[in-house]
Amino acid sequence: MSEKRGNVWVFVEQESGKVAAVSLQLISKGRELADRLGVKLEAVLLGNGVADAVPQLFHYGCDKVLLAEHPALEPFTVLPYAKVIMDLIRERKPNILLFGATLKGRELAPRVASEKRAGLTADCTDLQIDDFEDKKNGKSYTDKLMQIRPAFGGNIIATIVNTWDDPQMVTVREGVMKLGEPDTSRTGEVEKVAVKLSDAETVVKVLERVRADKEVDLQGAQIIVAGGYGVGSKENFKLIYDLAEALGGEVGASRAAVDAGWISHDHQVGQTGVTVRPRLYIACGISGSIQHRAGMSESKKIIAINTDPGAPIFSCAHYAIVGDLNTVIPQMIKAFKSKQ
Amino acid sequence: MSYKVLVFVKQVPDTQNITGDAMTPEGTVNRAALPAVFNPEDLNALELALQLKERYGAHITVATMGMPAAAEVLRASLYRGADRAILLTDRALAGADTLATSYTLSCCARKLGDIDLVLCGRQAIDGDTAQVGPQIAEKLGVPQLCYVEEVKSLEGRTITVRRAIEGGYEVLSSPLPALLTVIDANEPRPMNAHNIMRFKKARTKSEAARPAGQTPLAPEEAAAKVAELEKEGLLIEEWNASDVNAEPDRIGFAGSPTKVKQVMSVVLTAGEAKQIPPTADGINELIHELITDHTLG
Repeated sequence: MSEKRGNVWVFVEQESGKVAAVSLQLISKGRELADRLGVKLEAVLLGNGVADAVPQLFHYGCDKVLLAEHPALEPFTVLPYAKVIMDLIRERKPNILLFGATLKGRELAPRVASEKRAGLTADCTDLQIDDFEDKKNGKSYTDKLMQIRPAFGGNIIATIVNTWDDPQMVTVREGVMKLGEPDTSRTGEVEKVAVKLSDAETVVKVLERVRADKEVDLQGAQIIVAGGYGVGSKENFKLIYDLAEALGGEVGASRAAVDAGWISHDHQVGQTGVTVRPRLYIACGISGSIQHRAGMSESKKIIAINTDPGAPIFSCAHYAIVGDLNTVIPQMIKAFKSKQ
Repeated sequence: MSYKVLVFVKQVPDTQNITGDAMTPEGTVNRAALPAVFNPEDLNALELALQLKERYGAHITVATMGMPAAAEVLRASLYRGADRAILLTDRALAGADTLATSYTLSCCARKLGDIDLVLCGRQAIDGDTAQVGPQIAEKLGVPQLCYVEEVKSLEGRTITVRRAIEGGYEVLSSPLPALLTVIDANEPRPMNAHNIMRFKKARTKSEAARPAGQTPLAPEEAAAKVAELEKEGLLIEEWNASDVNAEPDRIGFAGSPTKVKQVMSVVLTAGEAKQIPPTADGINELIHELITDHTLG
């Protein structure tokens, strides 16, 4: 008990030097956790030639950045990343380690947790500090990380605690943690850390890499007009685009509409898409599965348009329009244009 | 030469089609009310293994950790063309989190020995964690290739795959042995009629001792039945924790660092929505309200 508690760490994900939105969200949350525990917040940034990304990590609340640069760390491959992070954990013993639940985070965190023999909880939607009494082994723990996540296809919310040695590791869904206001006057310490890699970590070669930024930035959107299976066809999605354009918003979609091939996965909101919390969310022809609601129910205002008065989407809506979106949407566009 | 391929599969409750009986009033999951299915992405992993068998020659072992009833997904794998099936079942494995599960499965892989490729689905629909694949790879000390869409080539001791990344794809090459996690990017083949005829009577020793809908057999009868199945090549191997040399403190509940503190069901809050009539007036009023409170405009 006398041993000093370790710090809170955030793994900072970057692509060509651009920091992932989820990493900044985690720094905002990590700041809160570190303050609550009375420890420092440190960012772990890996790559090659990525030092320009450091200042904004301080702006969002980091005290210190551990910067590891090496040619083998660009582009991302999991083995060298896991090695560098594992070496840092052994040397510095963090208390908490947060990863974004992105494709990268979800393959990196388990590799590290397995080697450390640490618990890891996937896809958290909330994190809190609280005490935990393990009735099964009769032990009690103070100030542990409560790792809150949906399970069983989103039908239950479970609170998980890691009862073994630190670090307590989690991946956190994109978009669920609120991004704090950056303070551009804030600064901190940068420490360049040594990167020790052997042949074993560089056996996987990237032969080809093709990527494009997402078609749409739903997480940054203040207004989202989303279409579901009730839209009926790819052609009819034009209505959704028309309303989004009129209101100055972006277009979202339910999984059913994406699976039907009417719109790309980049637009998908929900458990297997993005989590959003815009000022206004208009759900058009979306029945509102538990998985979809998990991705949008924190929106400030929700309008649901559906012909079925029993659709579950109405349970989280602030405004319910039981009607046909084919007539309601044109009326909305007309009403908005006439009021401007 | 023929590659030795191990596919890990899981029998899961069908969380994608939850009905009213699935949740108890206390907010816990009523597993009995959910039909058990072959985890969807594990079928994609098996399909990939079967394609490798056709393209390059492979011997496919399918293994699962679970209750005795999980033998069902092993039979379904034999029906599709797997060569060998192993059920890893033991009360001592109950309550395992992903760390304990991956340890147990890595013990199973070591026991089999000389595996060239381990294939898993990316994630199981009851937990959606996607952690077990990478954790098995770490425990075996082999590279992991995650989110694989297709195998481009397998030449000598090198595998080349195409896999998904955020906003695109990558082509990766890796030496063997390696572990692949596979996503929903192929079309799993249906069960083969010939294989169904051949393996429909395949049973584990537990199943042989307790025929469905009948009273358990006497020990001598059960032993005779097992011997008969084995002779016919219809015995699904059944291993326990000590068969795979798993350390007792690293499996099941004891080997799991994560504990569940609390579980709550997601309840629908009763409709507090303001009803807007789908008329020009109703919608005009709504838009006016949203402009007034600065939600719009």
